[in-house]
Amino acid sequence: MQIKDHIREEQAFLGRAVVAGLLVILALLALGVRLFQLQVVQHDHFTTLSKDNRVKLRPLPPTRGLIYDRNGKLLAQNRPAYSLELVPEQVADVEETLQRLSQYIQIDDDDRERFARLRRRKRRFDSVPIRVNLTAEEAARFAVVRHLFPGVDIKAQLLRHYPFGNATSHLLGYVGRISTRDLATIDTSNYAGTSHIGKTGLEKSYEAVLHGVVGVQQVEVNSVGRVVRVLEQTPPEPGQDLHLHLDIDLQRIALEALGDYNGAVVAIDPRNGGILALASKPGYDPNLFVEGISRRDYKALQENHDRPLYDRALRGQYPPGSTIKPFIGLAGLETGTIRYDTTYYCPGYFQLPGHEHKYRDWKKSGHGTVDLDIAITQSCDVFYYKLAHNMGIDAMSSYLANFGFGRRTGVDLVGESRGILPSREWKRHTKHQPWYPGETVIAGIGQGYFLATPLQLAAATAAIANGGHLLQPHLVDYLQTRGSQERIPIPPHDEPIPIVSEADWDDVRRAMEHVVEGKRGTARRIRTPAYRIAGKTGTAQVFTVGQEEEYEEEKVAHRYRDHALFIAYAPVEDPQIAVAVVVENGGHGGSTAAPVARKVMDAWLLPRLYGPQKEKTLEPAGENPPASREIHP
Amino acid sequence: MSLDPAALGDLTPSDPNRRQGILARYHLDLPLLVGLLLLSVYGLVVLYSASGEDIAQVERQALRFLLAFGIMIGVAQIRPDQLMRWSPWLYLVGTVLLVLVLVIGDIGKGAQRWLDLGVIRFQPSEMVKLAVPMMLAWYFHDKPLPPNWRHLGVAVALMVLPVLLIAKQPDLGTSLLVASAGIFVLFLAGISWRLIGGLIAAAAAAAPIAWHFMREYQKQRVLTFLDPEKDPLGAGYHIIQSKIAIGSGGLWGKGWLNGTQSQLDFLPERHTDFIFAVLAEELGLVGVSVLLALYLFVILRGLYIATRAQDTYGRLLAGSLTLVFFVYLLVNVGMVSGLLPVVGVPLPLISYGGTSLVTLMAGFGMLMSIHTHRKLLPR
Repeated sequence: MQIKDHIREEQAFLGRAVVAGLLVILALLALGVRLFQLQVVQHDHFTTLSKDNRVKLRPLPPTRGLIYDRNGKLLAQNRPAYSLELVPEQVADVEETLQRLSQYIQIDDDDRERFARLRRRKRRFDSVPIRVNLTAEEAARFAVVRHLFPGVDIKAQLLRHYPFGNATSHLLGYVGRISTRDLATIDTSNYAGTSHIGKTGLEKSYEAVLHGVVGVQQVEVNSVGRVVRVLEQTPPEPGQDLHLHLDIDLQRIALEALGDYNGAVVAIDPRNGGILALASKPGYDPNLFVEGISRRDYKALQENHDRPLYDRALRGQYPPGSTIKPFIGLAGLETGTIRYDTTYYCPGYFQLPGHEHKYRDWKKSGHGTVDLDIAITQSCDVFYYKLAHNMGIDAMSSYLANFGFGRRTGVDLVGESRGILPSREWKRHTKHQPWYPGETVIAGIGQGYFLATPLQLAAATAAIANGGHLLQPHLVDYLQTRGSQERIPIPPHDEPIPIVSEADWDDVRRAMEHVVEGKRGTARRIRTPAYRIAGKTGTAQVFTVGQEEEYEEEKVAHRYRDHALFIAYAPVEDPQIAVAVVVENGGHGGSTAAPVARKVMDAWLLPRLYGPQKEKTLEPAGENPPASREIHP
Repeated sequence: MSLDPAALGDLTPSDPNRRQGILARYHLDLPLLVGLLLLSVYGLVVLYSASGEDIAQVERQALRFLLAFGIMIGVAQIRPDQLMRWSPWLYLVGTVLLVLVLVIGDIGKGAQRWLDLGVIRFQPSEMVKLAVPMMLAWYFHDKPLPPNWRHLGVAVALMVLPVLLIAKQPDLGTSLLVASAGIFVLFLAGISWRLIGGLIAAAAAAAPIAWHFMREYQKQRVLTFLDPEKDPLGAGYHIIQSKIAIGSGGLWGKGWLNGTQSQLDFLPERHTDFIFAVLAEELGLVGVSVLLALYLFVILRGLYIATRAQDTYGRLLAGSLTLVFFVYLLVNVGMVSGLLPVVGVPLPLISYGGTSLVTLMAGFGMLMSIHTHRKLLPR
């Protein structure tokens, strides 16, 4: 056993304690060096990281411009709405989260389906709505458990709403969530923070104006991304409001006037090209699309035989039928093919020289000796067969081009159809075939290849009414920034039609007047003592009748019945409205389409001519004695 | 820094001074007391900010300080020879309780550490932090030093048993602290430098074996430490954010209560294990230097007390406790600044929480006892 040597042990301990003390100092120096390295040498680096951590740039989406009708009625508004949204990038298990969420807030299959669909199409780090239009109670219920759901939050936002629903579906279009496809067409930085974009209609064509300019906010956020305070901000510039020429009441009257029929009504102010009504029936509820339409609803709309998604006014291409007659008559006069008193004999049919084929008149017995006035008033086909044949397709189609047939009107909407103005050139280009003389003959009554949209017919009618100004139809009258008095007008765009003789125009206008006002006019049933109307009826064949067959209306299924057309303007002496009506499967222009036009013109003109109170005292359209079967258009 | 007794304000009962009468009567060491008080106050100031200006939390911590200082003063009244006599029993009880914890202990945060005594929940491992150095000091007190191989073997066994029991809970941080307490006793007992070198080599060689026995989360911590960027949103997040906090603090700091990393919740565990990062962010390198200086003062005072102790037991115990205190500091600051892997060790006297505080202050009470109860022996 060794003996303890206290002195030596104390000495030894002192040595070890000094070593320990030195090691402590050394270690603390090492820590000091480390902290110096972090806090002084790398200070700038970490300052940047710290700033990146806490300061985020947040886009401030501008509020979308509103859309008003001409009387200041709101057609598209922004309504505050709460939606429950989830950022998939911030959620580990989306399915599980949805499952848990459904304990607090009802999430049905439609919601899940929409969520899945929008999630596929969204931008990175965009939130995807799980539920939209939460009630205050639901919002409160979620607020209590929000901490359990990182990456899920309630978003208060302004949601587009279209108070008139069906009545404005085609013309306003709708906004929808920005999809990856939209991203290719927009300035993404300006859309940072914007969730919706115009998809169709005015919402799309005026997207740049309605959207506004994004603002930016420098915010301080905490570790879970919640904003603690705002450091700096540039406010967004709100989108401009659209003020339309359109009168929503007139629009609704037009839709109502169509009754149970599908069809289109276009009303244009012939003085400036402003569109007063642009109705296509049936419509759909655009509000369905704003927060993502469910697959089921969309399928129902798509598979509906009445094709509610189809904008008949803008895209519907119909053979203009007899409504083309005033224009071709004018072409005949202006090209010198006929004079106003030129007469043709109508035996009920027309044959090209050396051909057997009979081009039949709608009136089997024939109209007898017919001049232009009678040919328009009674809608004689044979007169027009001959006129077209004598004029030739080249002169005819080049003159009709002045009225905008066969090309887009340039309306401030997207997706407009061109229609077809048949010509040699057109046929060679699209069908790679030569032109046949028989095709000229049927083009003379607006059949064959001839196709026009209701909008084109209305614009052309307006050009007749205003004496040769083909005005580009447009919906928007002026733009206005909220809170500002300054109006930015959209000026009318005029393409004057060359006029050879004013008298020719007067002749045609007079003939059109006789269609309504004349004793044997095909639309005489809509005559009114209140103002004078000029018009032209038309029938567009949906179903081709064989050479020796009789067209028996009763045997033809409804959807193969002819379309009824009518174009008109009024009052004759000072035209204030030009209307084109297409009633699908309506049969006869005079009996179905003309009364629709009359109702629209009444609604527009009576208050303007007699003041608002007069409207009720005058007898409404359609109560005139029914026209006899004889006035087949 | 010199170890000049005058500079550190030596105080002996053999030379009672009227001014220091009350301190002497209650066996308190003024420099140590002042150092600890300053650290505590500094800690409360930082905690106020780290808690998000939660005065209630600061009050709770202040109450713990009161309790801990009370315990320190109480322990200081116990004579060192009494402490020595209790040492084996304390060790025995501590070890038995550790076994009990493994058998019937409560599970908290994925590890069995707590023993529910009905009224209070109690961590036996805290008790063992004191019991192990006491036991080893007691074991060596009558042995000739440096110890021979047989005594060394027994001491190592006495140390390793509780260390393993704690590691099994598993509580890596505490077992590390307990092991270091034992190792410091061995070091201060004068084991040869060759042996120390050999042990370090053996430890390095044993690392892969230890890796094999580590739990998954422990392995993860080590991996994260080696490459925090690998998992920036998971385990590496803590270290990255804490380094950002420290680094962005700079020389002068962002100002008290103004640390963005701390106040905006980027910093995890900011009022407990990562409170140092709050301090570094808000008070900068200057504030950190003040903290480290205070710690250095306390540690050097502790080592001085150890060298002035009158017997082997006092020397070894005082030295070991002081150095363990330093290990707390080293491991915590090393972890927070990204030098060491994440191990759950609080910053002594600064981090929020009472368990380790009581143990630490009881240890300082022992230091004071050792320093102030002097046998009047001829030198």
